Amino acid sequence: MTAPTAAATTADGCAAPDQAAPLPASVDLEKETVITGIVTAATGEPVAGAYVRLLDRSGEFTAEVVTSPAGQFRFFAAPGTWTLRALSRFGNGDAEVVADRGVNQLSVTVS
Amino acid sequence: MSRESALVTADWAEKNLNAPNVVFVEVDEDTTAYDGGHIPGAIKLDWKLDLQDPVRRDFVNKQQFEALLSARGIGNDDTVILYGGNNNWFAAYAYWYFKLYGHGDVRLLDGGRKKWELDARPLVKDVPQREPKSYTAQEQDLSIRAFRDDVVAAIGNNNLVDVRSPDEYAGRLLAPAHLPQEQAQRAGHIPTAVSVPWSKAANEDGTFRSDAELADIYSFVDDSKPTIAYCRIGERSSHTWFVLQEILGKQNVKNYDGSWTEYGSLVGVPVALGDEPGEA
Repeated sequence: MTAPTAAATTADGCAAPDQAAPLPASVDLEKETVITGIVTAATGEPVAGAYVRLLDRSGEFTAEVVTSPAGQFRFFAAPGTWTLRALSRFGNGDAEVVADRGVNQLSVTVS
Repeated sequence: MSRESALVTADWAEKNLNAPNVVFVEVDEDTTAYDGGHIPGAIKLDWKLDLQDPVRRDFVNKQQFEALLSARGIGNDDTVILYGGNNNWFAAYAYWYFKLYGHGDVRLLDGGRKKWELDARPLVKDVPQREPKSYTAQEQDLSIRAFRDDVVAAIGNNNLVDVRSPDEYAGRLLAPAHLPQEQAQRAGHIPTAVSVPWSKAANEDGTFRSDAELADIYSFVDDSKPTIAYCRIGERSSHTWFVLQEILGKQNVKNYDGSWTEYGSLVGVPVALGDEPGEA
């Protein structure tokens, strides 16, 4: 019997894991608050290489990732209100999310 | 030290890509960023594979650092321009590391990869071949490196700056939010440490704020006392160390590379929870 191989996390470092990789098997969705989604242009096309930052309820920077080729981003936060801010060559955009434990999905449009 | 001696702008960098004795070095933990496209002529250093001892939790020693730089074709007289992702966190860490081993002329590219990409400046996939050189490092300059005993002794006495996000400081998160939160160590911060997230010092495009803005942000630092900056693993606090000592020119500033992953696992040390610094 072979156990499924978890995608490598980099929890002992600080680099953002691959934003397109499946959630590592070690991530417990009973405990983690995952905020994930896609950055899109006004045309609806996904934006790769956008810088997405997670701001806390006071607007303070908490983390930043770069979107995958399909425009995906992912954060591990805590329950509460968060703001996502995306910067890209095509423009910037914001979105707010009230997150609970488990997976919270939303998209951010830049223009 | 000053902004002029420690930083270069993206415009300067683009004009000096082929300048003699200037070596561009991308430093990231995730080297796929370099592989997918980097500043023309830049080589890469891996934050972990190249700069950390593979067995013990410590840096590569003087001889290993000399061998690394020699093999990558970096000489003692070269001007090393460091840049990277994560708003230059790892590049700032490498800057501090180069200073630790006494490199003469090392600078950060203001804004790092992010500004370079957002400006749509050129990125290439060609990996340059550099002739090996013979590099000689100095003994570690421990005036810029703090260890756990220094930190415990600083509680209530010297300036302690926690540069993590407010939620990590308060104990509501254990890691920056792009990483899973389950970690071995306890949550919270070192009592009496002041919370000034590294991000206060940076603009949205990753460049550093103006000298006047930075001086205002860190005006709480008592210049008559030594200062220690820490984060989770020592790279975000390198960013703040860089601001305090290399841009603002403050004296006696150390980076605690053990940071919260060490302190938060120590037996018997005091820990404060919540948004206030707490008592010594």
